[in-house]
Amino acid sequence: MKLSQFQPGQSGIIKEFTDLEMSIKLMEMGCLPGESIVVERIAPLGDPIAITVSGYQLSLRKREASTIIMQ
Amino acid sequence: MGQELKVALVGNPNSGKSTLFNVLTGLSQKIGNFPGVTVEKKEGFSKLPDGRTARIIDLPGTYSFYPKSRDERIVMDALADKNSPVHPDLIVFVADASNLKRNLLLFSQVADLRIPIVIALNMMDLSMQAGIEIAVDDLALKLGVQIVPISARKLEGIEGLKLAISQSSSIPTQFPSIDVPALAPDLIHAIRRDLNIKYPYVALQLAHQHEQLSFLSDEENIRIEEIKNEFSFHSQKSQATETIGRYSFINDVLFDTVKLNSDPGKETMSNRIDNILTHRLFGFVIFFLILFLIFQSIFAWSEYPMSLIENLFIWVTNLSHQVLPQGVFSDLLIDGVLAGLSGVLIFIPQIAILFAFISILEDTGYMSRVTFMMDKIMRKVGLSGKSVVPMIGGFACAVPSIMSTRNIENWKDRMITIMVTPLIACSARLPVYTLLISMVVPDQKVWGFINMQGIALMALYLLSIVSAIIVAWAMKLIIRSRERGYFIMELPVYRMPRWNNVLLTMYRSVKAFVFEAGKIIIAVSIILWVLSSYGPSGKFNDIDQKYRSEAYVEKYPKHEIDRLVSSEKLENSYAGILGKSIEPVIRPLGFDWKIGIALITSFAAREVFVGTMATIYSVEADNSNLASVRDKMMAARNSETGLPVFTVAVAFSLMVFYAFAMQCISTVAIVYRETKSWKWPAIQFAYMTSLAYIASLIVYQLLK
Repeated sequence: MKLSQFQPGQSGIIKEFTDLEMSIKLMEMGCLPGESIVVERIAPLGDPIAITVSGYQLSLRKREASTIIMQ
Repeated sequence: MGQELKVALVGNPNSGKSTLFNVLTGLSQKIGNFPGVTVEKKEGFSKLPDGRTARIIDLPGTYSFYPKSRDERIVMDALADKNSPVHPDLIVFVADASNLKRNLLLFSQVADLRIPIVIALNMMDLSMQAGIEIAVDDLALKLGVQIVPISARKLEGIEGLKLAISQSSSIPTQFPSIDVPALAPDLIHAIRRDLNIKYPYVALQLAHQHEQLSFLSDEENIRIEEIKNEFSFHSQKSQATETIGRYSFINDVLFDTVKLNSDPGKETMSNRIDNILTHRLFGFVIFFLILFLIFQSIFAWSEYPMSLIENLFIWVTNLSHQVLPQGVFSDLLIDGVLAGLSGVLIFIPQIAILFAFISILEDTGYMSRVTFMMDKIMRKVGLSGKSVVPMIGGFACAVPSIMSTRNIENWKDRMITIMVTPLIACSARLPVYTLLISMVVPDQKVWGFINMQGIALMALYLLSIVSAIIVAWAMKLIIRSRERGYFIMELPVYRMPRWNNVLLTMYRSVKAFVFEAGKIIIAVSIILWVLSSYGPSGKFNDIDQKYRSEAYVEKYPKHEIDRLVSSEKLENSYAGILGKSIEPVIRPLGFDWKIGIALITSFAAREVFVGTMATIYSVEADNSNLASVRDKMMAARNSETGLPVFTVAVAFSLMVFYAFAMQCISTVAIVYRETKSWKWPAIQFAYMTSLAYIASLIVYQLLK
């Protein structure tokens, strides 16, 4: 399942990425395979989303979230 | 200077780096540019406990060494180049204690450059509240560096940090984190050998980003390229392997030094605030209310200080007239310089209020929520959520805002943001708007609390936003690009604004306004005074002769003759001739030749309009009349029809003209510097000026 399909409040653990370039940016921001993610909220207009990862909040677009495969 | 220690502050964005910088340096800071680039460089001095002085350099915040934006490249440039004037003797790494894992990624990269380093573990108060327990000494032992727990906002631990800086070792003590040479053994070896690089990680970084570094020679760049090809170096794969390796090292280090005692079910304060501020409906309502509050207060709060400044200038002008001997020099001083300055300095209160609000919005973390909420809309019109901050900054000044678009990674998003930011109503338009609004919009309250003038001003600001969006959307269709954009952004926790920082921002912006704008305004005022006080030879004498004749002396009282003389002299001066020559073009917009003069002079900067008006009407007015610019303009009559010059139609036509026209040399210059071509500023100038002309024409013809 992709992270972009998660609903607010749902949580999970990162399994892998589908895009190398994006994965580097995401990993720099603390989104690593094995790390747990909570989807906190979705922006009022439906995109982007806000997640909590390694203790802080990160916002990313759904397109970017769709490159994250969850366990 | 042998005794001076060069210290660079390095850290993630939102780690409290700037707060620490302000605390360490106070008012000794200087704002300049990094060598060769236009990234803002903040530098200041701090007294150390041992009597030495540390020169503190604040490097741009970054999440890693692999830069996503131009600002971030400065960090690598300063740290990897030993000969750089900003290459530090010591790095103070500012880490957010409540978010240690991600902060340590950059630390482990910085540590591998083998520059002596000290960690300032910031936001200790916050991390304690969040239930994070850090065994600081154990952590220091594992990393091999001094760690000083601080809370920059609460001024805790600062003396300890200064002591650590003064006692720091001049050789690096940090332990290695990952096996860097193993990432690309042959490549690193070859670069170290051929370019004479001491440390493996510096060599690896050169392979990754040599094209973007400013200190390498052409031969060195070519050699690195050859080495990369020889060992088929894949930059992205190497970055991914490195990042994973570093995090696994960090996880090991943090495993038994950091404990989390929080209750995972408990909702944080920041989250509860977000539930309201980014709410589907309330979120936008609140955003709108905040904008509303800002514009109302720009008018309401500035009234008193503005009238103080106004009275001060009237007093000084009055005094000068009494004290200074009559003559050309005092005319130049009073009617040229003083009149021009008074027209502009009066806006200091409004600029200070605007910058105070912008700095509060950024400081509290609200600005990034605005970005979060607006991203989808902005993307529809060809912008990104990240364009919101430059555009909101555009309310202050387009120049720093255009510089701040460097945070937008995508080329097309960035170009469109640069192209439309000057449409946003900047603070230089504020003098023009407030002056004209106060002349034609009644100072009345609707429902007892909504100021009509405030509404008019807000309408102009909304117009600027709407026009920026429409133009952006049009450009989205025109500009082609295949590059992909992304939007991965930290949402910092909400914090109380640092009032010191707000005051400092107000101080800096007012200072920049007074000195930067002041210079242009004084220069323009002097030129203008000369142009409007002198004319082609013989003309002025003829006028004097004419009015000294019997017919006039008998018919009119003395002061009326004086007024007629100065009015006719202005019309025949060089400025008058210039204004009259463009009058046919601007007549359909409702502008006369005097406004024409102001349009020409304010091509340098919009706020010059007010100074020009002040100068023109002071030159014309007889000396006994010492009223404000506004009163002088209100009293202005068309010499042929006898009707007021500034009617509602003319005033709104003028305001709309200033809303769209690209009347700012600094913006043209900065767009050229940022896009590195004359093409973009030329397009921008052309489309904005045409837009201004057409819009003014429509407004004037409709309201006439």
